[in-house]
Formats: sequence, structure tokens, C-alpha cells
Amino acid sequence: MTQDSKSPSIQPPKSTSGRRGFLSVAAAGLAGIMIAPGVRLIEIAQAATADTAPSRGASSKVRWGMLIDSGKCASGCTDCVTACNTENGLSGETRATDSQWIRKIEIKEVRTGKTQSLPMMCQHCAEPPCVDVCPTGASFKRADGIVLVDKHICIGCRYCVMACPYKARSFVHQPLSNQKADVPRGMGTVEGCTLCVHKVDKGEMPACVSACSDAGHGAILFGDLNDPNSEISRRLASYPSRQIREDLNLNTGVRYSGI
Amino acid sequence: MRPFAGFSFRSVCRVFALGLLSATALTASASGAVPQVAAGRVPLPIIESARGDKCVQDPALMRRNHMDLLKHQRDDTMHGGIRGAKYSLKACIGCHASQATGSVAAASTNFCQSCHAFAAVRIDCFECHSSKPAPTAAHPPSPQEKPAQTAAAPQVQGLALHQQVKP
Repeated sequence: MTQDSKSPSIQPPKSTSGRRGFLSVAAAGLAGIMIAPGVRLIEIAQAATADTAPSRGASSKVRWGMLIDSGKCASGCTDCVTACNTENGLSGETRATDSQWIRKIEIKEVRTGKTQSLPMMCQHCAEPPCVDVCPTGASFKRADGIVLVDKHICIGCRYCVMACPYKARSFVHQPLSNQKADVPRGMGTVEGCTLCVHKVDKGEMPACVSACSDAGHGAILFGDLNDPNSEISRRLASYPSRQIREDLNLNTGVRYSGI
Repeated sequence: MRPFAGFSFRSVCRVFALGLLSATALTASASGAVPQVAAGRVPLPIIESARGDKCVQDPALMRRNHMDLLKHQRDDTMHGGIRGAKYSLKACIGCHASQATGSVAAASTNFCQSCHAFAAVRIDCFECHSSKPAPTAAHPPSPQEKPAQTAAAPQVQGLALHQQVKP
């Protein structure tokens, strides 16, 4: 980028009205202050207006969540799982040592024999136990409610794997290659559903949500739980829904209806 | 007095010569120009030319501070969700991916690997991060990746000691 040449030079004030002149000089000087080596406020401002503006980042005003209608979730359909594996570069194997970010489970009412199918993944709790137990702070909750693992900090102790009531975390046992450009993954770290954070930051839907609606099921609804006018909030307000393991008071971001 | 004077003259000469040498070395490094061809016995890294026309910062500054800039950006991206900013690793890879291998670290001549092998600093980035840009129109997946990976330039072959070895 060529912002260097565009940095404002400090012009002497033309008018001699002291106060205004002083302020303009002070403002120009402030814009030139380095906030990191080579990073200046003015460059950040200019970069934000460019075509390739960086995403605005996670805001605490939103809380991303999902509503899964298990009535629409077809038994045996694994489109969401396949889409997740493709999007995030997972192998799709289901051995004990393979990563599974989302899996389909079948639940059965013992007395009536009624079975239901639903996807299970990180529930993006408001009070995540994985964050509570993490000794290094690698497991964290973003401002917009997405629970992630910072693999730069993760030491692979797997305490979070133990703490998660949903078995949503996996540990990478083998060295990996050919990871997706948007989804860094590596041996010795814990990982789990990121709610396709790289897509959400771009304003897109998570891969499982798109795949489910593309397949015609439309069983997964994604949206902002904090916005009372969002489709997900309205549906949660008008129809019964459940959190899995409600007794734990985790206030999950993923809700289920029809179970 | 006499031997002292002789000693002093010799040492002054020595100090002067040393100073001249270090000054030359300093200007050479400050100018930021890394020669492509080794002048002496020590092989220098081959810097493959990038795709874009200009780096996001002065190359000399990037050479010294890229790790700090990347680390700062990494935390902004990971915890703050700010993607596509000026110092993102993806932007680096987008410009610096080799024309032959499509990667910044696949072969010993690739941009990151060549310098890091020279400086004997192991790159941990690409154990998790992809060293290749996401396939787009500008970066079609290269069909000749395999032969290019095996063909290492003889100039940096001796420096391959510090390449990442996956356990």
C-alpha cells in the first residue's frame, strides 16, 4: 500500500487565530503518532475505506446462534457433516483419533420408540466450561459469542475436551497437511466447531446452514440472538425450543426445537 | 615511550580497519538489498519475486519486523475477528507464493523458507496455516507442484538443515 506518501504533513496554520491553528497542528501530529511499528492511525482509517477493507470485527452487540429444528432434520442425512468437513478440511473419518466438528446423533424416546435425528456440535455457550478450565486462555469466547480455540496458545492438554458436556472438542493427533487457507489446523492442539467464523466475519452463513438449506431441509436457522427482530429470535420467541443439558445453565447459542 | 608509540599506532590502524569493515557491513544491511548471488563461500538466500507490485511496507522494515506485525495482526484476527487487514498472513502468502510451487514454504527456494533456512529460524506458521493461497482466479492450483518441490536450487541446498521436519 502507498499510504506513506499520503500521510498528512503538518501544515503551518494560515490564519493566525491561535486556538484553531493549534488544534489543527495537534490533530495532524496525532495522526502521525505510531501505534505500532509502521502502523499509524491514519493508515488504519485509510485502509478501512479501501475496496479491500478488513472486516469490522466481532461486536458484543450481536450473539450468533443457531436454531435446529429436529423435525426437519432427516434421519440418515449427513449433508451438514459433509459440508463442514469440506469447508474446514477435515478428513471425514470417524475413528476415535479423528476430528469431528459436527456429527449426527439419533435420539430415541425409550417408551414410545420414537427416534429423532439431530446434528450435535459446539453449542457456543454463553458460560462455556471449556473456557473456564483452560489453563492457558487458549479456549475463549469472542465478543459475538463464538467459542474458539486460539491454537497459538493451546498446549494440547485436552482439559476442555473433558469439560465439554457435548463432546464437541477434538484433538489433532497426527501432523496435517493441505489445510484450508481460512482454517488453520495443526497437530497437538484442540479444535472444534468455529461456527465457520471465517465466513461469519465476511457476512456469510456457516457451511452446515447453507448445506442444509441447499438440500431443501432448512432445518438449521442461523442468526443474531441479541436482535429481537432477527428470524431466529422471532422463532425462539414464538415456538418452544430447548437447550441440550439445560440443567447446566450454560445458555447455549445452539438451540433445538422439536425435541 | 618508543614501544608504546609503536603499539599505539598499530592498534589505531587495526581499530580503524575494523571500524571501516563494520561501517561497510552496516550500510550494506541498512540499504536492505539482498544480493541474489553469493559473493563468497556463504550461500545467500534466493528471494523469489512477489506477484504484487509493492509490499505493504518498506522491505527493509518488513525484513526486521514482519514477525511482530504478523503477531499483532494474528491476535486482532483470532480474538477480534478483523480479517483482511494490512498485515494478514494470507495477504503475505497471496503475493509471495512461488510461481512454481504455489507456496511460500514448500521448496527451499520459496519466499519464507529460503530466508528462514538462511537465518536458521524455524517457521512454525505452516504447521497449521496453509502455505498456499486459497485457489482463486489469480491463484489457480498449480499442476506442476510435485516436480517443483523436489527441484531445489543447489545454492541453498546446503542450508536445508533447518527445514521443518515433521515428527
